[in-house]
Amino acid sequence: MSPRVADAFALLSEYLGWHVLLSASALALGLLISLPLAVAASRSPRLRWPVLALAGLIQTIPSLALLALFYPLLLALSALSLATFGQGFSALGFLPSLLALTLYSMLPILRTATAGILGVDPAVREAADGVGMTARQRLLQVELPLAMPVIMAGVRTAAVWTIGAATLSTPVGQTSLGNYIFAGLQTENWVFVLFGCAASAALAMIVDQLLGLIETGAARRKRGLVVAGVALLAVGLVAGLLPLASFGKPASYVVGAKNFSEQYILAELMAERLEGAGAQVTRKEDLGSAVAYRALAAGELDVYVDYSGTLWTNVLKREDNPGRAAVLAELTTELKRRDGVIVLGSLGFENAYAFAMRADRARALGVTSLADLAREAPRLTLGSDLEFLSRPEWKGVDAAYGFNFKAERSFQPTFMYRALSGGEADVISAFSSDGRIAADRLVVLTDPKGALPPYDAVILISPKRAGDTRLIEALRPLVGAITVEAMRAANYSVDRDEGKATPAEAARALERNLSARP
Amino acid sequence: MPSPAIELVDIEKRYGAHAALDGVSLSVGPGEFVALVGASGSGKTTLLKTINGLAWPDAGTVRVTGDLTAGRAPHELRRRIGYVFQEIGLFPHLTVGENIAITPKLLGWDRARMAARVDELLDLVALPREVAARLPAALSGGQRQRVGVARALAAQPAILLMDEPFGALDPVTREELGADYRALHEKLSLTTVMVTHDMTEAVLLTDRVVVLKAGRIVADGTPGHLLATSRDPDVLALLEAPRRQAERLRARLETAS
Repeated sequence: MSPRVADAFALLSEYLGWHVLLSASALALGLLISLPLAVAASRSPRLRWPVLALAGLIQTIPSLALLALFYPLLLALSALSLATFGQGFSALGFLPSLLALTLYSMLPILRTATAGILGVDPAVREAADGVGMTARQRLLQVELPLAMPVIMAGVRTAAVWTIGAATLSTPVGQTSLGNYIFAGLQTENWVFVLFGCAASAALAMIVDQLLGLIETGAARRKRGLVVAGVALLAVGLVAGLLPLASFGKPASYVVGAKNFSEQYILAELMAERLEGAGAQVTRKEDLGSAVAYRALAAGELDVYVDYSGTLWTNVLKREDNPGRAAVLAELTTELKRRDGVIVLGSLGFENAYAFAMRADRARALGVTSLADLAREAPRLTLGSDLEFLSRPEWKGVDAAYGFNFKAERSFQPTFMYRALSGGEADVISAFSSDGRIAADRLVVLTDPKGALPPYDAVILISPKRAGDTRLIEALRPLVGAITVEAMRAANYSVDRDEGKATPAEAARALERNLSARP
Repeated sequence: MPSPAIELVDIEKRYGAHAALDGVSLSVGPGEFVALVGASGSGKTTLLKTINGLAWPDAGTVRVTGDLTAGRAPHELRRRIGYVFQEIGLFPHLTVGENIAITPKLLGWDRARMAARVDELLDLVALPREVAARLPAALSGGQRQRVGVARALAAQPAILLMDEPFGALDPVTREELGADYRALHEKLSLTTVMVTHDMTEAVLLTDRVVVLKAGRIVADGTPGHLLATSRDPDVLALLEAPRRQAERLRARLETAS
């Protein structure tokens, strides 16, 4: 077995366990809500239309957005609950995923159950009244059993959707089979992506077949098939959940990461240091950029790495640029004052927007700075990633230097570097800590006017860990200890096409290369 | 005279602007076999359903064996009154035996008593006992209606309500089932109210014919009495119909031979 497949298998029991727990809970909750609602809708035509329309509307919201929207909603609810009852709850991870998937599972069940109950022969319904059944007996002994095959078809659809959509709970901090897919997409580890897809598809197919067994049993009135289906599902559920019992130990620290290689490596670096200090650590990776900071402020993450420019614009809503040191100093006081968040310090490198050129081309044109670039721009093509040209950073730097490129083209990051080496772009918007800058021997142009905001990588610590000396002492040696060259090398080892390292391997290599504190 | 098994007084029932029953009073004595006849929309089915609470009157009172039905749980009333209708409505997911034993089960009978009752009823409606284990879909239309009658009789009701019970059957089965039921009515001393639009069936099976027209009773008595006393042309036409049919039938059969 190739080492990457082995890596994937090592994570399977944990990811699968969470995936099973999440989708089974969502499906059970969905059934619990949908069935009574369907009964009510089948009884009242006035209720039927709005209920089915609302469920249909929910279905049209892209599932990733639905999951993401539950996070701020729950955060607000948690704050409200904290203010009212003195007890908050976690707005990250299981709860938002569960709620979104539950909503998602409701439409097929609602639709089929309503149609199934309405489809019961009116003569049979009249007979049920005629023999002296109460409304409840009629529902439980006649209508639901007769509608069961139709309802089961809806449950099957809901199960397949829920298991598929559960992979999207990774970005809101819930471990699932989606961890393979999101991590794999970021590090271009296609073995992981395929493994995640295959595992989720296999799970969905097995559950679908077992529910199909129950459906056939219900339709042909064969109790044996129903019992077999239910028993096999129960065995599968228990087998899937068993590994979680050993993962269930409460972790003392939660380390977060956003969704790119550098973040995975740094989270791993911090996690291993904490584990080295004897602590239990849970990793929450692939968090959305805005989600990560709010989760930290709310105490759901204990520590993660963010970038000064991002915090400056997104959290403090500032547009000015007083310089690298001033931004860092002001962030440290402001985040502490606003949210109680501790900025432990800069790791020592920046991951900023940077303009990069091939060394030979830069030399031939005599370009070393952005001012030189502005002079040559009318003869040059700018290649950028998909969002750079619509970001404030570009507007700022363009206003400062007055670029007038011959052409501006957007690429997916991998292709942006290929375009530069192939000559289709003369200069690109890179990230300064990207490993490919060193690997492709690119020149990063200087910014004499200071138009590009600083993006120092800083360690952020949650308010509730502000006085935690074990945590702080384990991580403080990282402050100022990572040079941009060391970070580039670590990133490149994960991003390259041949002989890829895992983020954990890259983190261990980085640990060995820490520079002495200045 | 014993107190009536069923007593309806001044029953009114409206569906929107349409008056389905417009001041109907009817008293049925114990052991009587009464036919409710009339054209479609005359209110005969609605009248039948007010007796077991499948329809509730807007005005008027209903008494069953002396007790007012208003204010009582309808399901308890229905467990004491057998109900058979044209579509039968056997529960397709239950066996014939389970269908027959449904009301006893709702009443909380024990298993052995229910099983014995199912056998007894299958004998009574002239079906082999083996059918108890089958699903209704495996039976013929006539057999299914016999199961329908057995189910209605299961909890030993004193009153049976029938709504066009044999309407969907072929003529031979229909006649046979009608005669069998008349015998059961006698044997079990039942009180039966049967809705039918077929005057021949009414005349052949029942003791008393009640004719409804536009939500009112326009005639009530034995067929001979009605023919002698009624002046309503519709009633007379209805009563004459079986005889006219019989005469035409004889005439045609004679010409043919």
